[in-house]
Amino acid sequence: MKNESSVQTREVSPGRLAWGRFVSNRVAVVCLGFLVFLYVCAPLAPFIAPYGATVNNLEQSFHPPTPLHFADARGGFSLWPSVKGTTLTDRANTKYETVPGTVYPLKLFPRGDPYRLLGLIPCNRHLFGVEAPGRIFLLGSDQFGRDVFSRLVIGSQVSLTIGLVGILIVFPMALLVGGIAGYHSGWVDTGIMRVSEIIMSIPGLYLILSLRSSFPTSLSSTQVFLMITVIFSFIGWAGLCRVIRGMVLAEREKPYVLAARGLGQGHFRTILRHILPSTFGYCIVAATMSIPGYILGEAALSFLGLGIQDPDTSWGLMLAQAQSHRVLVSFWWILSPGFAIFAVVLAFNFLGDGLRDALDPKMKDNR
Amino acid sequence: MSEETILDVRNLRVSFWDRGVEVRAVDDISFTMKRGETLAVVGESGSGKSVTAMALTRLLPEPPARYQGGQILFRGRDTLSMAPAELRAIRGARISYIFQEPASSLNPVFKIRSQIAEVLRLHRPEIRDHRTEIIRLLDLVGIKDPALRLDDYPHQLSGGMQQRVMIAMALACQPDILVADEPTTALDVTIQAQILALLRDLKSRMGMGILLITHNFSIISGIAEKVAVMYRGKIVEFGPAAEVIRHPQHPYTKALIACIPKMGARQRRLQTIDHEAIA
Repeated sequence: MKNESSVQTREVSPGRLAWGRFVSNRVAVVCLGFLVFLYVCAPLAPFIAPYGATVNNLEQSFHPPTPLHFADARGGFSLWPSVKGTTLTDRANTKYETVPGTVYPLKLFPRGDPYRLLGLIPCNRHLFGVEAPGRIFLLGSDQFGRDVFSRLVIGSQVSLTIGLVGILIVFPMALLVGGIAGYHSGWVDTGIMRVSEIIMSIPGLYLILSLRSSFPTSLSSTQVFLMITVIFSFIGWAGLCRVIRGMVLAEREKPYVLAARGLGQGHFRTILRHILPSTFGYCIVAATMSIPGYILGEAALSFLGLGIQDPDTSWGLMLAQAQSHRVLVSFWWILSPGFAIFAVVLAFNFLGDGLRDALDPKMKDNR
Repeated sequence: MSEETILDVRNLRVSFWDRGVEVRAVDDISFTMKRGETLAVVGESGSGKSVTAMALTRLLPEPPARYQGGQILFRGRDTLSMAPAELRAIRGARISYIFQEPASSLNPVFKIRSQIAEVLRLHRPEIRDHRTEIIRLLDLVGIKDPALRLDDYPHQLSGGMQQRVMIAMALACQPDILVADEPTTALDVTIQAQILALLRDLKSRMGMGILLITHNFSIISGIAEKVAVMYRGKIVEFGPAAEVIRHPQHPYTKALIACIPKMGARQRRLQTIDHEAIA
């Protein structure tokens, strides 16, 4: 980092200061980069994945990850990677063997399974692939011979967005309700707080389990996705609302709130414009920290078969195949969505830590 | 200057209720202000002077405050019986406030330009060019290089400048009455003098009345035309400033004036007020 700040003391805005503190935390920056990368990839998932999420081939059930070879058809060295053709030799134990002499070089932008880019543009090019009948399984294939890597990438759309959609519902709600409760106090406050306590006392997972069973089983994955988000949000806002209410309670006693009223500002605008902005630092951190909860929640539901349904894909649903001991022992690659969840959750937590240190330096000093 | 009465407070009573116990903060006070006149309300902490100031536009939180009786006639209309929207239109526009601690009266998370712009948006929506108007206002209150200060946060300004920004916000709509609630208490003495001089100057230029709330008798002599001395929620003495200072009638006023430390006077202990003797 260049040390320019000592020369120009006036020009350093609070945002710049916070950014400087954030950048000095290497782990958080790496995590931010990682997450940005994933979130950029997610909308392009059908393009990045070599196959469609539902393309199956029962002849290639539980195919292990195909290694990349740097050899041409005659066995000589080649810089360009390729994969070898395989065939199922032992159906009982799902053993595959390479077929000698079959070499499928990796291709960039080949034609493949059709899809709609960003849900709109019909397209059949993929980022990479190999010529049929060769198949490339970067992370192996699942029970039905579907490419785990493709399903992982496409499944990230569900698993990554659920957190964002969740906080987009929860935060405005919690800010508004918590703001009103803290500002008005009295019976308004008491009422809102008791309601939020009731909601907090509901065990979320069981509520969803019971609600899910009362809904028709024919719901599409999109509907299920929306339902999960809404239910998680419904439970999630209460805790946050209490924290915000506490902050507002402290903030409304500050003279600038009285000054705003004295200048003719209405109650609602005073809450919105003057009190709530001082809670934003906390909110950004809390939002980052709460995203993993949604991701894990979706994973848990789909794992239990109550979330996203086959043939659609999400990380939790893919893990459901790893429920059996036999699969776990023999086909380790089925666990790869678990590692993806692990990595994303960890990244969000480190990012949240970094943001907290950056936005609220006082908290760091107190530790 | 016209002799029009702009503010007429009649038998105002304000109480605070806490679990059924009544505390009378303002107990049956009456006073009037003429247009362009400065009235100083003097009294010690808890004498009800700030409550009086806030009551003018019903700024006190209700509950616990309750307006038990009386009228506050501002330009002939009772603010106590106005609708909330009407009151909001008066606050900051016709009666505006500056408070004791400028540092905390400004919102720490916004630049001063946006805080002043907010007042303009609220009360003068017809203004298009906020920047020019904000610069004009900052210049009016004596801030040097106002254009450079627009993007400062409150903490980047000194206490005196913060108070000037507050005054700029209060003056944005050319109010009829500026309520200055201990405007100089949090400032040191030299800045105090500057702010008072500024208020005096603005008053004569803009022709507004100032309701100056203070506990400090020494600052009123140069600025106030009239003085109301408050004690335990009542006005115990009311009259022209010079008269009250020179010939205080009420024992409390005499005691307050005696408390002002005099330069060069040899005295071991500072004077205090003996409440037993007054009551």
